[in-house]
Amino acid sequence: MGFYVAQILTGLANAGALFMVASGLSLIFGVTRIVNFAHGSFYMIGAYIGYTLMQTLPGAIGFWSAILLAGLAVGLVGLIVEVLVLRPVYKAPELFQLVATFGVILVIQDLTLMIWGPEDLLGPRAPGLRGVVHIMGEPIPKYDIALLVITPFVALGLWYVIARTRIGILVRAATQDREMVGALGVNQAWLFTGVFALGTALAGLGGALQLPKGGADLLMDFNILTAVFVVVVIGGMGSLPGAYLAAVIISVVNVFGVTFLPQSTLVLIFLVMVLVLMIRPYGLLGREEVAGEHGQVGEPEVPIQPAGRRSRALVAVGLLVLAALPLYGSSFIQVLATDIMIFCLFAASLHFLLGTGGLVSFGHAAYFGGGAYVAALLITHAQTPMELAFLLAPIGAGLAALIIGWICLRLTGVYFAMLTLAFSQLLWSLVFQWGDVTGGDDGLVNIWPADWLKPTTIYFYFSLILCVGGILLMRHIAHSPFGYSLRAARDSERRAEATGINTRHVRWMAFCFAGVLAGLAGGLFVFSKGSIFPNELEIARSFDALIVVFLGGVKTLAGGVVGGAFFKGVEEILTRFEYWRLAFGLLIILVVTFAPQGIVGSIRKIFDRKVETRS
Amino acid sequence: MKRILEARGLTKAFGGLVAVDDVSFCVQSGELLALIGPNGAGKSTCFNMLMGQLKPTKGHVLLNGVEITGLAPRRIWEKGVGRTFQITATYPSMTVAENVQMALISHHKKVYSMRPFARELYREEAIDLLSMVELFDQIDRHCAVLAYGDLKRLELAIALAHDPIILLMDEPTAGMAPSERIKLMQLTTEVIESRGVSVLFTEHDMDIVFAHAHRIMVLNRGKLIAEGSVDAVRRDPHVQDVYLGGGTVFGREHASGSPYQ
Repeated sequence: MGFYVAQILTGLANAGALFMVASGLSLIFGVTRIVNFAHGSFYMIGAYIGYTLMQTLPGAIGFWSAILLAGLAVGLVGLIVEVLVLRPVYKAPELFQLVATFGVILVIQDLTLMIWGPEDLLGPRAPGLRGVVHIMGEPIPKYDIALLVITPFVALGLWYVIARTRIGILVRAATQDREMVGALGVNQAWLFTGVFALGTALAGLGGALQLPKGGADLLMDFNILTAVFVVVVIGGMGSLPGAYLAAVIISVVNVFGVTFLPQSTLVLIFLVMVLVLMIRPYGLLGREEVAGEHGQVGEPEVPIQPAGRRSRALVAVGLLVLAALPLYGSSFIQVLATDIMIFCLFAASLHFLLGTGGLVSFGHAAYFGGGAYVAALLITHAQTPMELAFLLAPIGAGLAALIIGWICLRLTGVYFAMLTLAFSQLLWSLVFQWGDVTGGDDGLVNIWPADWLKPTTIYFYFSLILCVGGILLMRHIAHSPFGYSLRAARDSERRAEATGINTRHVRWMAFCFAGVLAGLAGGLFVFSKGSIFPNELEIARSFDALIVVFLGGVKTLAGGVVGGAFFKGVEEILTRFEYWRLAFGLLIILVVTFAPQGIVGSIRKIFDRKVETRS
Repeated sequence: MKRILEARGLTKAFGGLVAVDDVSFCVQSGELLALIGPNGAGKSTCFNMLMGQLKPTKGHVLLNGVEITGLAPRRIWEKGVGRTFQITATYPSMTVAENVQMALISHHKKVYSMRPFARELYREEAIDLLSMVELFDQIDRHCAVLAYGDLKRLELAIALAHDPIILLMDEPTAGMAPSERIKLMQLTTEVIESRGVSVLFTEHDMDIVFAHAHRIMVLNRGKLIAEGSVDAVRRDPHVQDVYLGGGTVFGREHASGSPYQ
């Protein structure tokens, strides 16, 4: 009995920091509709700033004020980020802000590395709370008890602000109808800024508060991000009590998981999430999104057209230059080009889903990594011939997309995105923790292509044909009735359903198709590298693809490919420098600010303007 | 007269609120039947049940004598019901012609075809439909830049694409200038008369209703309170009460003298 009580108490204590970070994310999403990918980064700098402050401020008063000051400092950073980075892009097309927050992640990562160095920092113990207390015979750290007491007060304070004050009323009103709040004379810009600062301050507070338990390191941003997404989604986006409830559930599940099923803690958490969302699609305490709330922001997409003669010629020349690469490029360049092509195919498959289908998937890496793992597992465990294993990569990924898509497409908008993320994380955690089969963190190695494909140049042509073929096929389908039906479902579900189009089925098929092509990219990837590791399935890989699609331009057909080539190319050049993330992050933020239509979209705009002025 | 669309005891309750209460009527072949009533009378709820967007709590909907209650909107469309919306629903990222072509693609069961180019499929048919609603000079324009009145015309062309036997039009002239309204309704009348389509429509503008409807039904607080010819409904004291503010009217009464009875 005492054991269980102790477990639950530990779970509740762990829920504290998680709740604070999650409530901040939830608040920001509720008001600004921004899914703040950088939220984990604010949590991380909260921990670092708290650490530094604790070094300088003495005693118990110093310790607790350091935590508070860390929260305030992070709030200030959040305020600066909002004003400088996010304000210019609120009017940009839907979810484009994601890209901006991704740039912020990179910048913060490198700045933290510059200021605090690469070593993990061990958090100081809280003065006066060093030992343990015994509850029913079980030792429980005193600091846990302190957290247990503090969290409900923070939660209550937050609830009071939201439910009982004028600012809270404005915030809640903005969650429901931003335009109306604006029309009533509330300065929206500052409301957004304030909420963003508050949300990030909460993240910073959470980061500082968990110092005595977890310390500070450079990986904590992404590590907490998944847990926070899970909490926010299980609790219901925008619901504070929901976030608290979910933080408790997840922490308790986690503590029990560590005790009883140490091999599958991660799987367990994502399984809980998937289960909750299948039963309550909008989270435990969330409410259904009002349809039309996420209306497309920005200019409507222009009708698509088959490429003109000039563009076709341009593409043909480009392909010729690429195909002749082995004549003038070293084998290093060929490998690099292969990498870029594979990435472009992967990005283009997400672009098909996102651009043509309007389906924002946060977990597209599941099919890329999934395809790669299918092939690698077949080679490792069943000695399958390479050709067959390669063929089964896209098929396996397609099957995964068939099942996952069927479940996820019951939801729309950000909930759909979150559920796809949950499934990809489920897959990742399976691969990561099922070491006997997948090799876990060590990955699977010695996955080489068949002998006839081994030479670099041959493999380059093999990839060239499949990648270009896949990308052209997608373009082809975008112009076919199926592609049009997909766009119809995206443009107006009401009209599409009222003219006989089964929108969910059309989307499902598109989801599978994108999964197959991502799996093809994954298959090409694993045989070009000879190995595969779980990080090809992780959240960061999915984000890479998302960033690329937005950078290239969602509302253009070539966006995925151009964005992919740009991203990989720039990454290749920049990673040679020490602080490449900083430069890359700033570059992304610049593109987002000055070219909100993405690269292709902006080029087209300039071109159109020229044509207009001439005619 | 042949009964095209029939509602029998249609009822929809949202919790304790009965939005539509035991409504029965039928649309006969070739007629233009108007469903009117003040705001909140239950017109849109009624429409949504007929078209499958809402499942009725009780009652039946029959199309040509065949039960279609509770079918998905796309199934009802397949059976020959076209619909226009109060707030237009079109595909803003496509051209005007492509909007109509999309409906034709669906009608010809080519939704899953992967052969380009969709923009060339059924283009002639689409142009014919668009000429009919006087949008010929705008076929290749971007749908998102169309004037609202033209969007309403476009919707009419889309709704007619699969040669429906009946058209449900939810406030066909809402949000338009008065002169535009009359033009659009004249056009609608001509088009459907030439094609032999029946129409059930809701409308707030009484001038439009009295000028174009063959028969009128009046809904108030979820109940049908009057039904009959334009003149009969006009003279009906209950209807006058409802529209001129004489208090609440419950109960149902058939006005006599409908030319279709």
